[in-house]
Amino acid sequence: MNELEMARDVVAVVLLLLGAFLCLTAGLGLLRFPDVLTRMHAGTKPQVLGVLLVMVGAAIRLQGWSATWMLLLVAAFQLLTAPVSAHMISRVAYRRRHVRRDRMLVDELTTGGAVRDRVYQGDEPADAPPEQPGTALEESRRRDGAR
Amino acid sequence: MTVVYWIAYGLLGIGALLALIRLGMGPSLLDRVVATDTLLVIIAAGLAVHAGLERDPTVVPVLVVVSLLAFVGSVSVARYVGGMLISSADDGSDVGLPVAAEEQSARATEESR
Repeated sequence: MNELEMARDVVAVVLLLLGAFLCLTAGLGLLRFPDVLTRMHAGTKPQVLGVLLVMVGAAIRLQGWSATWMLLLVAAFQLLTAPVSAHMISRVAYRRRHVRRDRMLVDELTTGGAVRDRVYQGDEPADAPPEQPGTALEESRRRDGAR
Repeated sequence: MTVVYWIAYGLLGIGALLALIRLGMGPSLLDRVVATDTLLVIIAAGLAVHAGLERDPTVVPVLVVVSLLAFVGSVSVARYVGGMLISSADDGSDVGLPVAAEEQSARATEESR
């Protein structure tokens, strides 16, 4: 029985150390990488895998159902929220051009200047679209063609 | 066990320090958002490591709060920055925005190397 507990502790400590190591790699990547997208790539390592490893390690060490459920909640919450926030940040980063486009291999967001949507005329906030987007888009295309 | 303490907190501390440096340096607001997100995750991991190593379940609810805060903070700042956009279908060059200064300077330093 004592050996079993010993083995359990070793597994838990190894998981905790792995999670801590992933946090270190995230810091290194944040400092070394050139633009927002690559920094996000580095920063998301502890966000999912690191947090999962640490939570499992802590759950093994803590040995109580209430603590385990709460750790599970944190892990599930991370899994749900990490993609959402990453999507929002990277979209805004591309639009605000904090992205090294000369370093990209694939750029699926660019239209190459072929499509010029002027639905949004100026500095409208992104969450206040025109009231009739369809007609506004047609109007803007017509105006672009006329020029 | 003391060795494990030192290694774990050392790794976490160095990671948090590097994220802090990026938070201070970060050329753009979004770099800072990413750095803050990572910093909060590292703090959560540190709390969990403390809870695991000390067998101390009292800090576990704090973990939930910290992970919630990280999400809400980064999403709200991203939405705020998104509201400042001059909108274009592409990356802004079609409405006449110049090349981002950041990209220019990064290219210049790489070419001078």
